[in-house]
Amino acid sequence: MTRRLPATDVVVVGLGWTGSIMALEMARAGLRVVAIERGPWRDTSTDFPTTTAPDELRYAIRQDLFLRPAQETLTFRNNLGQTALPIRRWGSFLPGNGVGGAGVHWNGQTWRWHPWDFTHRSATIARYGQAALPADNMMQDWGITYDELEASYDRFEYLCGIAGRAGNLGGELQPGGNPFEGPRARPFPTPPMNMPLAATMFETAAAGLGWKPFPSPSANMSTAYTNFYGCRLGPCTYCGFCERFGCGNFSKASPQTCVLPALVRQRAFEARTDSQVTKVNLSTDGKRATGVTYVDTAGEAWEQPADIVLLCAYQLFNVRLLLLSGIGKPYDPVTGQGTVGRNYAYQVTGGATGFFGRERRFNPFAAAGSAGIAVDDFNADHFDHTQVGFVGGASLSCIPTSGRPIGNRPVPPGTPRWGAAWKQATRDNYNSTTSVGIQGSVMGYRGCYLDLDPTYRDALGQPLLRMTFDFQENERKMGRYCIDRTEHAMRAMGANQVRRNEHTGPYSITPYQSTHNTGGAIMGDNPTTSVANKYCQSWDVPNVFLAGACLFPMNAGLNPTGTVGALAYWAADAIRERYLKAPGALVPT
Amino acid sequence: MRGLALVALAGMALAAGSHAMADSNDYTAISRGRYLVTAGDCVACHQGASGEFAGGRGIETPFGTIRAANITPDLETGIGTWSADDFARALHEGVAPGGRRLYPAFPYAFYTRITREDSDAMYAWLRSIPPVRNTVDRDTLPFPLNIRTVMRGWNAVFFEAGRFQPVPGRSEEWNRGAYLVTGLGHCGACHTPVNVLGASRASEAMAGQPLQGWFVPNISANEYVGIGAWGVEDIVQYLRTGATTWTRASGPMAEVVEFSTSRMTDADLRAIAVYLKDQPARGVATAPPPLSAEIPRMRAGAALFTDNCAACHRGDGQGVERLIPALAGNQIVLQRGAETLARVVVSGVRAMATDADPTAPGMPSFGWRLNDTQVADVLTYARNAWGNAAPAVEAETVRGLRPR
Repeated sequence: MTRRLPATDVVVVGLGWTGSIMALEMARAGLRVVAIERGPWRDTSTDFPTTTAPDELRYAIRQDLFLRPAQETLTFRNNLGQTALPIRRWGSFLPGNGVGGAGVHWNGQTWRWHPWDFTHRSATIARYGQAALPADNMMQDWGITYDELEASYDRFEYLCGIAGRAGNLGGELQPGGNPFEGPRARPFPTPPMNMPLAATMFETAAAGLGWKPFPSPSANMSTAYTNFYGCRLGPCTYCGFCERFGCGNFSKASPQTCVLPALVRQRAFEARTDSQVTKVNLSTDGKRATGVTYVDTAGEAWEQPADIVLLCAYQLFNVRLLLLSGIGKPYDPVTGQGTVGRNYAYQVTGGATGFFGRERRFNPFAAAGSAGIAVDDFNADHFDHTQVGFVGGASLSCIPTSGRPIGNRPVPPGTPRWGAAWKQATRDNYNSTTSVGIQGSVMGYRGCYLDLDPTYRDALGQPLLRMTFDFQENERKMGRYCIDRTEHAMRAMGANQVRRNEHTGPYSITPYQSTHNTGGAIMGDNPTTSVANKYCQSWDVPNVFLAGACLFPMNAGLNPTGTVGALAYWAADAIRERYLKAPGALVPT
Repeated sequence: MRGLALVALAGMALAAGSHAMADSNDYTAISRGRYLVTAGDCVACHQGASGEFAGGRGIETPFGTIRAANITPDLETGIGTWSADDFARALHEGVAPGGRRLYPAFPYAFYTRITREDSDAMYAWLRSIPPVRNTVDRDTLPFPLNIRTVMRGWNAVFFEAGRFQPVPGRSEEWNRGAYLVTGLGHCGACHTPVNVLGASRASEAMAGQPLQGWFVPNISANEYVGIGAWGVEDIVQYLRTGATTWTRASGPMAEVVEFSTSRMTDADLRAIAVYLKDQPARGVATAPPPLSAEIPRMRAGAALFTDNCAACHRGDGQGVERLIPALAGNQIVLQRGAETLARVVVSGVRAMATDADPTAPGMPSFGWRLNDTQVADVLTYARNAWGNAAPAVEAETVRGLRPR
């Protein structure tokens, strides 16, 4: 039996980066906010003390902070001809769980996406013609431009205290920054991180190759910082425990460090943790959300009525919640009709690992998740694609994020996988090996999508999400092209031996690649091809707003969190300044 | 604050003459009373499982644990039957209705200075909060202290009732500070050492003392271990936000800041600072020569510091401004007793949050991975590095601070 709770103004589903930002902005606007989070409450001092946070076995290997597949998983297949099977152990990506979400255990690489990304379809046609679009593509512009989003990017960067060097201030290119970035109104809030040796060697090599290297923008702090909510961050200690870990030093921007201290002081805010939202409830005509239903750890179901529903769960689970709730028309890959589940995309990863010989000492253990050098010359449309046979591109970077003892045992190709020779090789190579990686864009395709699995269900009896995805020829070409360049860079850095890292064959759900899943509830300017309008508002149910990478019509060659954060502020502003004044569709259909 | 002297005089006159009536519908008095109850940090003791002001919290004293009273207006278990005169007498004389003697854990030796007008306002506000039924065992001390009349003798020797008297020739601000520090705010209840019978030693006012497993720091004008080197603005910042650029409140003082001083007016905080700055320096005023960095415990401490402490407190002991306390030059590190330091390292501590400074950093517990000698060595190092100088810390001190 579902018990009905007193109504609130806003219910937030998921209390990660976007949920906490939107909850605070709504509470500050005078609204009562209830946030419902599937996982536990977590905070820096209580859950990530410096004495126990850097525990590789617990957090990196046993994945203590991540979602358990028993809580929720999904099924996977490469194409429509296969039968999807459930993921029983996370591999290719690691969804977060608990307050702070993936914002707890991210590396902190915080980018603005390029102006081209937001108009990638129209810009490609304008420069190269219709014929340049890849087969079966579903490329479509976002319905919002970089310039519209600039102030929101700025807000998120100043929330986090991002360390970096501006490349384009109001249209003026700046020495040492990324010359390809969109114009920014003001510099980064804090200066770039200190650079590890490998990154400075990459910087020199890249410059020698005629590229334009710059410090990768970082949510690990180069200096102490206090944000506009009064929340404080301390300088990073370069301990090398960012990705998969909470930061005990207050040195990594996260909901815990940047938002929650201010949010928990809001009297109009309440968090319900260890509670899983199972459905957005709709009015009988289906045109208005009346709240959500959630289940607590005792298995009790509760209805939380609310005037506004903010879907702030992870990309995959926002899409599933829409499908389970009957909001919007599910996408059908055969007819190409429908919107929910459309344009699921991933990222192309790979690169080159260089073995430099025992005399070189990189000290990879002195590292931070974002302390490194990047190159954007081969990303987006920063180079002439006329002859390359693909659209999109990748960022290249040397960011030695850690030298942790269990996971970081690089050995040259041909080394035995165990025994005395392997041990000797790890001794010889641990401190003298480094990598340059790519992070490549993926376009939307007709056969890459999300829907509900016809067979498999979760513990509550609801259908699991089904993922159908493979890399297409366009992305494989792009990956080869950019991985070639990482090899060039590694040779220019002086490696004795270079190993090429490239995923070939069908996309595999098993080895870790990237937790940068995008799409499925995309934004756009047309309700027949998108789930949300440019204000991240559901076309179908206007008191439902969406947050996160589910809104992205494509995946760019950069980390998504900067854009996720910017869109959260953008949507919060739209709710506060437009929707509250005139509740209803903010874009007429 | 203007006319405070007059207010005080008026209070005197009222107390001496007619009965003051606290009107329970007087919004001005009630809201003033709420502020005064906050400034007096009554909730620090008068809390418990049943809620704020409902009492029950155990107050540790050298003589045993005393449970704080229920001061909600519940008729049977609270102070619902008390008159304004009863309330004023409790504050002023330490005597409850019916002549029952209160223990000095209820700091009437300080509250005796509270004006009758303030007492009435506090009474009015406490009448306005919801009554909570919560019976508190008020007789937990052993024989002979359970015989309340024993306190007559104590009062005869150590207690002198008397309202606050403004000091002529001092500014209103100074006198307001004096009223808050020596009266309502009862700072000396913790910061002034007590004799074996628990009475404050006036000659050592604000000199600091060990208390309940902490070392309450010296807050006299001593430049070495007190606040002599602090500016008025530093003290105001500390009381308002719990932090200065080099230190953060923790332990019991964090509660004082969170529940009391962070909610006081800047004018009152400034008055406190002005008064404190003007008090005589107490305790050892100059640093001893620092221990040699070459002695074994300093060498061991330096190595332990690098491995365990330097990431946050930094290798130069400077910490992170307003987030991680500096250890270099921080008076809390140099106190005569190392109880606070040892306790913080062994058990960890959480700073508090205020609206002005919402981040509440925590110091994790190291008790599970450092033994008593290691804790003593690293503290000895922190007390004698970067220009610091203070006596070595002994392993026995650490052992006594381990949770039992």
